[in-house]
Amino acid sequence: MKYEMNCERISESLIPYLDGRASAAEQREVEAHASVCAACKTRIEEFRRLSVVLEEVPRMEPSGAFDARVRQAIAAEPRAGWFGWLVPAPRFAFALVCLLLLSVWTSRIEPNVSEATAGATQSEQDFRLIKDLDVLENYDVVKNFDALSELPVAQQTQTRTDSNQNEDQNGHI
Amino acid sequence: MARSDVQLMLEAKAGNDASFEHLLQRYRTPLVNFLYRMVRDSATAEDLAQEVFLRVYRARHGYEASAKFTTWLFRIATNLALNRIRDTRYRLMEVSLDATSTEDDAPAMELPARELRVDQILIAEDRTVIIRRAVDALPEKQRIAVLLHKYEDMDYCEIAKVLECSEAALKSLLFRAYETLRVQLAPLVGLAASPVPAIPAEAGKRRLS
Repeated sequence: MKYEMNCERISESLIPYLDGRASAAEQREVEAHASVCAACKTRIEEFRRLSVVLEEVPRMEPSGAFDARVRQAIAAEPRAGWFGWLVPAPRFAFALVCLLLLSVWTSRIEPNVSEATAGATQSEQDFRLIKDLDVLENYDVVKNFDALSELPVAQQTQTRTDSNQNEDQNGHI
Repeated sequence: MARSDVQLMLEAKAGNDASFEHLLQRYRTPLVNFLYRMVRDSATAEDLAQEVFLRVYRARHGYEASAKFTTWLFRIATNLALNRIRDTRYRLMEVSLDATSTEDDAPAMELPARELRVDQILIAEDRTVIIRRAVDALPEKQRIAVLLHKYEDMDYCEIAKVLECSEAALKSLLFRAYETLRVQLAPLVGLAASPVPAIPAEAGKRRLS
């Protein structure tokens, strides 16, 4: 699509035109517009003058101490040591350190876990023993253990109570 | 044959400090000049330039040859300079808030009136001071664009990367900057008996991406 050059559109092409970096088409368009627009023709010439005027501002040279200060600052920077090879890959180095720490932590924590599990198992066994203590201490139950072995614990307890009552009744008789 | 920036930087990355010294010698003057034009104080410009070189040195291990060295260098310099300008502006604001004078009402910069003739201006002030003031008065992005385009001769692609905008947006930005300078410095550059009106800023304005 071909656009006709005008005073507004020149804003996109004028700088490349003055720098000598405009395309051949852009260059032709700017020149064609400048040939019919006195204001833009003057503008182009004033831009050229402006470029020369801006060069009047002198360049400053860094002081003699500048280089020495930069060299000193760079010399004070830490050098790469034995682990310098890790520096180009800081993410890898960080991940490696994390992995090492994690493995150390895991190896330290594992025995504690097994001790805790063992402790819990022991407590559970103790609790069962205490729960069944009155049954185990009952002579009649132990004596008739074969017959009662099939019964659930609750029924065993009930049976023990009944047999005690029977004993009491027999005693009274 | 001179070694390229990329080559020198890759050698510095491999631990060759002499290559970094070459880069320092190559860019010390452009960098200090650019920073001086940004902050308008030679001691501050040198401090900032030292900080730029230090940052480049510290980052040498992570340098990738894909990025153009000068783009990287001037991007660091631009960020440091802008931060310094904003800090200074903030401090000045704090001072002016404490002060009781009414200097805030005065214009930030005295630019020559268009009617003044060049000889009158020469009597009043040095030409270079007038030019510097006109450039300093440009909006931040326009000023950086002009400094990199006019004084560092960087190409559009590089400047656009430093300013994080498209090339087309940069061309419009440069046009608006030079158009402002053309009007402000008319006594120095003007040809026409009656001044050529400026193209409205909106006309050449592209959205900066």
